Amino acid sequence: MADELKRFTQTLGESLRERGVSRRGFLKFCTATASMMALPPSMVPAVAAALEQARRPSVIWLSFQECTGCTESLTRSHSPTVESLIFDHISLDYHHTLQAAAGEAAEAAREAAMQENEGKYLVVVDGSIPLANPGFSTIAGVSNLQMLEETVAGAAAVIAVGTCAAFGGLPHAKPNPTGAVAVSDIVHNKPVVNVSGCPPIPTVITGVLAHFLTFGALPELDALGRPMVFFGQSIHDRCYRRPFYDKGLFAESFDDEGARKGWCLYRLGCKGPMTYNACATTKWNQGTSWPVESGHGCLGCSEPNFWDTGGFYNALSIPESDITRSVGVLAAAGVAVGAAAGVLHRSKRANAAAKHEKVTIDDLDKTS
Amino acid sequence: MSTPTDFLLWVRGPGFDIALVIFILGAIIRLMEVLVLGRKPDYADPRNGELGPGVRTLFTRTLPEPGSFKRSPFTVVGGYVWHVGFLLSLLFFVPHIELFHGILGLRWPGLPSNLVDAAAAVTIVTLIAVLISRLNHPVKRYLSGPEDYLTWLVTFLPMLTGYLAYHRMINPYPLVLGIHILSVELLMVVFPFTKLMHAFTFIIARWYNGAMAGRRGVQS
Repeated sequence: MADELKRFTQTLGESLRERGVSRRGFLKFCTATASMMALPPSMVPAVAAALEQARRPSVIWLSFQECTGCTESLTRSHSPTVESLIFDHISLDYHHTLQAAAGEAAEAAREAAMQENEGKYLVVVDGSIPLANPGFSTIAGVSNLQMLEETVAGAAAVIAVGTCAAFGGLPHAKPNPTGAVAVSDIVHNKPVVNVSGCPPIPTVITGVLAHFLTFGALPELDALGRPMVFFGQSIHDRCYRRPFYDKGLFAESFDDEGARKGWCLYRLGCKGPMTYNACATTKWNQGTSWPVESGHGCLGCSEPNFWDTGGFYNALSIPESDITRSVGVLAAAGVAVGAAAGVLHRSKRANAAAKHEKVTIDDLDKTS
Repeated sequence: MSTPTDFLLWVRGPGFDIALVIFILGAIIRLMEVLVLGRKPDYADPRNGELGPGVRTLFTRTLPEPGSFKRSPFTVVGGYVWHVGFLLSLLFFVPHIELFHGILGLRWPGLPSNLVDAAAAVTIVTLIAVLISRLNHPVKRYLSGPEDYLTWLVTFLPMLTGYLAYHRMINPYPLVLGIHILSVELLMVVFPFTKLMHAFTFIIARWYNGAMAGRRGVQS
């Protein structure tokens, strides 16, 4: 109990030192975070001081219509790092995948956290919310919609983690049988940050948390509610294969010479030009690689409706419908209608010629 | 349409379908009308064959006639420059080739994107210059009607929005790409009902002029 209390009142600095993180390691993290968040170097000491003194924020993690991929991404991606310790430092009071408690005890933990930290806790949501029928997804008999509305009521802010929570994601894909919607479709009176991606990059979520701990506020957001610092530039603009796009050098299959030479994957369906995310710069698995580097085009997973953008292996410029068949049908219909119209015109011309009355000079004299 | 991606999906989906139906049906119906209507039979003995002169005229009339060049060099040069630039951008930009491959199943080698970009920039500037000339030249202005300005606009917009999309000058990208595709759909819808049909009918007209001249044994 005493340990628990100590953990609760510890600052982040104390917590990190207890876990053997050196001052140097901590400052390195602060510098990296400041640079990721596009803050000037002069801000690094401020970030370090603020993070050092930060108290454990209470976080309630709600999982709705999701696959747990986001949780996997965020909790298992690295061996212990400062990022994961930051994650560890937050008081994760409710997360039904990770917590030991179950059933009523788990729900009691959520309610207790909400009462104790009224107005101050963060709500993290992964998964979309079904509106077609509340029974499609429930936790302890409570519908996702009801749980979200209840939990968000006293929250400081909401972080929608993953594309399902941010934009509806896979459950929202056509024909959207559950009537899935995003968190921002329901929560209007609290700040919502969308950390999209399927799954999102772990560094991005820790970046958002670090920003919240440092400044007590959420970072600047783009038009889709995503942190500008991570989603401000497209994959295409930061892609190391971009020079090949500019030169017109494209891989045409996954095993041709172009693919082996690392040429642009646009023709193989890369959605990099329309996708805003930090994969090309932060990469995955501690900077090891990312999809395009491993030879596969970007799926556009951090964008709304990415499941419905017309096939992962179709180039971005190809329209969605089965146009090849419709072109043939249309051309045939055009020939038929055009020929019919032509025949009508011919008969009209023949009729006009047949009805044409010749006028003689005498006729003209009569009329004048 | 709550997000730019929704907008892009609409213009790439139902929007493109609508435009394609109007474009293909409209263009083929108009061509068939012209072809089926035919000409009055010519009972005179042909002095010469039609095939050779007809095909030759298809090409010779593509070159500028020296007289017109001397009279209005700007119109001739401007016209050539933007037509060539437009066709280069349309037919040799790799994403466009992918589109044609998706529709027609045909594919051909593309040009480096930078080269197409330069051609597009020259085309845009030339299109603006020819519009200024049309507005300033008293004869051209007198001869121009609303259709001329409409066709200029629907030709210019795809070039401009394509340039903006390529250089990602409007964010987010799905929005500018959607605007570009929408502008092309506008061109496709207007195409069959305006003088833009010359892109197809020029073949018939040039062939006919050459073939008739050949039949009469005169120079075409």
